[in-house]
Amino acid sequence: MPVLVPTTLDEAVSAMAADPDAMVLAGGTDTMVEVNAGHRRPSCVVVVNRVSEMRSWTYDPVAATVRIGAAVTYAELLEPPLATLLPALAEASRTVGSPQIRHAGTLGGNLGTCSPAGDGLPVLSALDAVVPLASTAGERSMSVHDFMVGVKRTAREPGELITAVTVPVLSGWQGYAKVGVRNAMVIALATACVAVDTASASVRLAIGSVGPTILRCAQAEAFAASAVDFAASSASADAVRRFAELAAAASHPIDDHRASAAYRRHAIGVLASRLLRRAFPNE
Amino acid sequence: MSAVVDERTSVGRLGDSITRPDGTAKVQGSFAFSSDLSAENSLWGATLRSPHPYARIVSIDVTPAYRISGVEIIVTAADVPGKATYGLITQDQPVFASEFVRHVGEPVAAVAADHPETCRRALGAIVVTYEVLEPLTDPERAIDGSHPPIHPDGNVIRHQRIVAGDVDATGEVVVEGEYEIGMQDQAFLGLEAALALPDPGGAGVELHVATQWLHEDRKQIAACLGLAEDKVRLALGGVGGAFGAREDISLQVHACLLALRTGRPVRIQYSREESFLGHVHRHPARIWMRHHATADGHIVKIEARMVFDGGAYASTSSAVLINGITHTQGPYKCANAVVDGYAVRTNNLPCGAMRGFGVVQACFAHEGQMDKLAVACGLDPIEIRLLNAIETGDRLITGQVIENVAPVARCIRDTAALALPDEPVGGHDGDPMRLPGGAGRTADARHIRRGIGFAVAMKNLMYSEGFDDYSTARCRLANGVVTLKFATSEVGQGFVTIAGQIARSVLGVDDVVLDPIDTGVGSAGSTSASRQTWMSGGAVNAACQKVLGLLFAHVAATNGVEAWSLRIDGSDVVDASGAFRLSVVEATSAISFDETVEYRHKPTEDLDENGQGDCHTAFAFVAHRAVVDVDPELGLVKVIQVATAQDVGRALNPLSVLGQIEGGIAQGLGLAVMEEIIMTDGRIRNPSFTDYLLPTFLDMPNVVATLIEEPDPIAPLGAKGVGEPPTISSTPAIVAAIRDAIGKPLDRVPVRPSDIIGLV
Ligand SMILES: Cc1cc2nc3c(=O)[nH]c(=O)nc-3n(C[C@H](O)[C@H](O)[C@H](O)COP(=O)(O)OP(=O)(O)OC[C@H]3O[C@@H](n4cnc5c(N)ncnc54)[C@H](O)[C@@H]3O)c2cc1C
Repeated sequence: MPVLVPTTLDEAVSAMAADPDAMVLAGGTDTMVEVNAGHRRPSCVVVVNRVSEMRSWTYDPVAATVRIGAAVTYAELLEPPLATLLPALAEASRTVGSPQIRHAGTLGGNLGTCSPAGDGLPVLSALDAVVPLASTAGERSMSVHDFMVGVKRTAREPGELITAVTVPVLSGWQGYAKVGVRNAMVIALATACVAVDTASASVRLAIGSVGPTILRCAQAEAFAASAVDFAASSASADAVRRFAELAAAASHPIDDHRASAAYRRHAIGVLASRLLRRAFPNE
Repeated sequence: MSAVVDERTSVGRLGDSITRPDGTAKVQGSFAFSSDLSAENSLWGATLRSPHPYARIVSIDVTPAYRISGVEIIVTAADVPGKATYGLITQDQPVFASEFVRHVGEPVAAVAADHPETCRRALGAIVVTYEVLEPLTDPERAIDGSHPPIHPDGNVIRHQRIVAGDVDATGEVVVEGEYEIGMQDQAFLGLEAALALPDPGGAGVELHVATQWLHEDRKQIAACLGLAEDKVRLALGGVGGAFGAREDISLQVHACLLALRTGRPVRIQYSREESFLGHVHRHPARIWMRHHATADGHIVKIEARMVFDGGAYASTSSAVLINGITHTQGPYKCANAVVDGYAVRTNNLPCGAMRGFGVVQACFAHEGQMDKLAVACGLDPIEIRLLNAIETGDRLITGQVIENVAPVARCIRDTAALALPDEPVGGHDGDPMRLPGGAGRTADARHIRRGIGFAVAMKNLMYSEGFDDYSTARCRLANGVVTLKFATSEVGQGFVTIAGQIARSVLGVDDVVLDPIDTGVGSAGSTSASRQTWMSGGAVNAACQKVLGLLFAHVAATNGVEAWSLRIDGSDVVDASGAFRLSVVEATSAISFDETVEYRHKPTEDLDENGQGDCHTAFAFVAHRAVVDVDPELGLVKVIQVATAQDVGRALNPLSVLGQIEGGIAQGLGLAVMEEIIMTDGRIRNPSFTDYLLPTFLDMPNVVATLIEEPDPIAPLGAKGVGEPPTISSTPAIVAAIRDAIGKPLDRVPVRPSDIIGLV
């Protein structure tokens, strides 16, 4: 089985063209688990975490976006200035696995796996991130909402690489919260990201682990935009309660051995209310 | 407490805190675990397992697997040359299933091949036709007889009653509860692994394996292989934890059989998923208890019914049951009792030994009851426990009188006296990691309620019910160097420090060499039941004492002093007058002494039909207080502090004792709030560390510990076993703290978030 270790994007893309079904390996924290469990038997491996274009990030102050290379690790997302530009992404990154996993695991890998419990994804969803994909045919970009198709299913075509994620930098409070049965290194039972954009007077809410993929809660968002006072950073207790109800109603959880659907739905309501209160601390 | 570490491992005497000889290697990753063993020309072995909880095997066709190149041999039940079954107490478990499979994961065949990948493909090519049968998964159906027997030995493994005192006695206060304990896994990190080396011509076999009891393994392996016991030699492979799960046979017979049939060395290593299927677990149990007490809180009578689900095979279920029911009262005085206990067979995963061995289950129930009694009598949880605390000389509900030191009241008082955490909810620095939910940042301090819970436990030490329980040790002394030989499995408990400490203290030497741990000496018994410091420590001590006697006689004869007047002072032999002094090194320069001793504890008895008899050897006691922060809306918890005072007799290596206390509390915490094997219809849902959750550092509380050192005159070195007690009452203490925080009853462990919220 060939294992290719390209160092430039061109090399990487050509490697993918040679075997479009090659297994892309970034940090390997999902792929190696699957290989070891016998769920995946790759014919060829393309390792991307030495591709310089994918290992770095850039900030564009004019467009107010951060372009994060797909092979940037959670440990790197936790460091300023990235953590200051995208605080919710840093909070989400801190919830991922253990220090070892955070040093190996990447945001591109989180997207590639596209688990409903992927911790980076609710943040990318709430921030309306854009995913550039590259192949020998060139680069195309799509919204993260279109990229995430279903449970561990994405819009990536064979032979394509996720090169980066482009994330808008918003002007308001943002935060992430994750419910698990253990205080660290745990698969999420329910997650939520609230991001406020004072410029557009909007409140975004994305929830995870409660549907086939990350869900945006349009009704809750619309309600919040009308119910909160952006200038005074305030929301009434009633508004917080209603926001939580709408969030819970937007979830589509299932029962499994980790938790019941009822618990997950309940947890979404609690997280939504607490995050909204963090965003708008005054009553 | 905090232990001061003496880094000079070669000079540690009894009472010193010395570090393990293998500690650095383990931390650095250079320690050879049994999975690291290899031999030239070796094959890999792998096991085909049942996908069904209960089925009849219609046929097994191995021919397609033989067509895969690299496959050397495939063995099934038909190839087992000796006894077809094994087991610790009754031999009811097949080496390979022949007619029926009785649990998911039961071995059906094994293959030896040139590569693990070849093994995997070979297993996939073996065709087993099953007729699937309706599994028995509800223990009550095993008792009421509504399910036909799933094994020739029947569906009830053991039923035992205890009837004590006046069964009609009643109290002014009556509290009742029904408790449930989930199936916990030992979850050792070093997976099952072994290397079998066949003797030329297949005359015998040498097995390197991670196990808790080399000689018992050897007995069962030899019987199944149809070999004399001396043709089977066992050596301890590096053990990465045990906690009871290595007491039963898993891969031992398979590895030896494959090696003997191929004439080549065979290695087998389990994966984590296979490990969940391949070893016994802690018994899930349902316990009903009713306590009668006087209005002022004295226990009058306890009624109880306990049902332990033993899974498909007996393993040690009958002994676990006896431990459970004989600890119904916990460390409290009680004259009258009616207890009914069952250990049953089902098509769930087999259960057997795990740290605490039946007492964990009983303690969760009796401590829940004590808290209910406290409320009913208007007392606080500490008062009710002090009021009823058992003492030396008290008679248990089995009629047995406690002869040990029994500082129960002191355990309770000293635990209560330890300082509560001074940090507020969320800590002084507002670090969100300190709140329930931890890294998930689910809560702010104002969402959290703090609770405090208390629990106390009694635990029997060593083997019970007439078992001939002994340990063997050999001591050689020459040129001032002691060489010790024993077959005591070192599974992490630290006997490798204790043995040397004993020899140094008794014989006044600095240098102690530990011979390899193998069957080249008599049995040491099992590393379980908190017994090795007492038993193998007793044997090492006795062997050293015998050698000391010879040394003194020799010194007396050669130096014209009286043997009776001699003693060891530091590294010298001195006489009572102080005039004579000779170093042990010089005294032994041209001579050597060599003694082997078997140490036995006093005999125990079987229980009679009313559960009466001196069935246990000795008891240890412990108290725990837990401080837990709870998020009542999300049902998440963070244990902030566990305080404990433990009756240890004498701390031979305080650092090692502290290690047992901290580790045991981690395991008790795991059972309290997260560790559970989830089974539906006989199938395991979470056979991985992704879903079987173990506490992380962020879940582990600060532990504050006091050692209660009242040397036990019955114990050879005054030291009681310390391994199990920390695991036992830490669980109910944590659950009591959660109850205290939320003001709601909780009668099941592990406590799940939905239990705290009250969602169904
Ligand atoms: C112990 C442990 C704990 C974990 N805890 C968490 C957790 O708390 N939260 C969480 O969200 N996840 C967790 N994970 C899962 C995993 O760490 C994350 O999903 C991580 O983001 C994967 O990144 P990676 O770089 O390791 O991906 P890899 O395993 O290398 O790849 C993952 C998938 O993405 C594809 N891929 C990777 N990079 C690219 C690319 N550039 N272009 C196209 N496809 C690509 C791969 O082919 C594969 O399908 C955990 C995993 C482990 C082993």
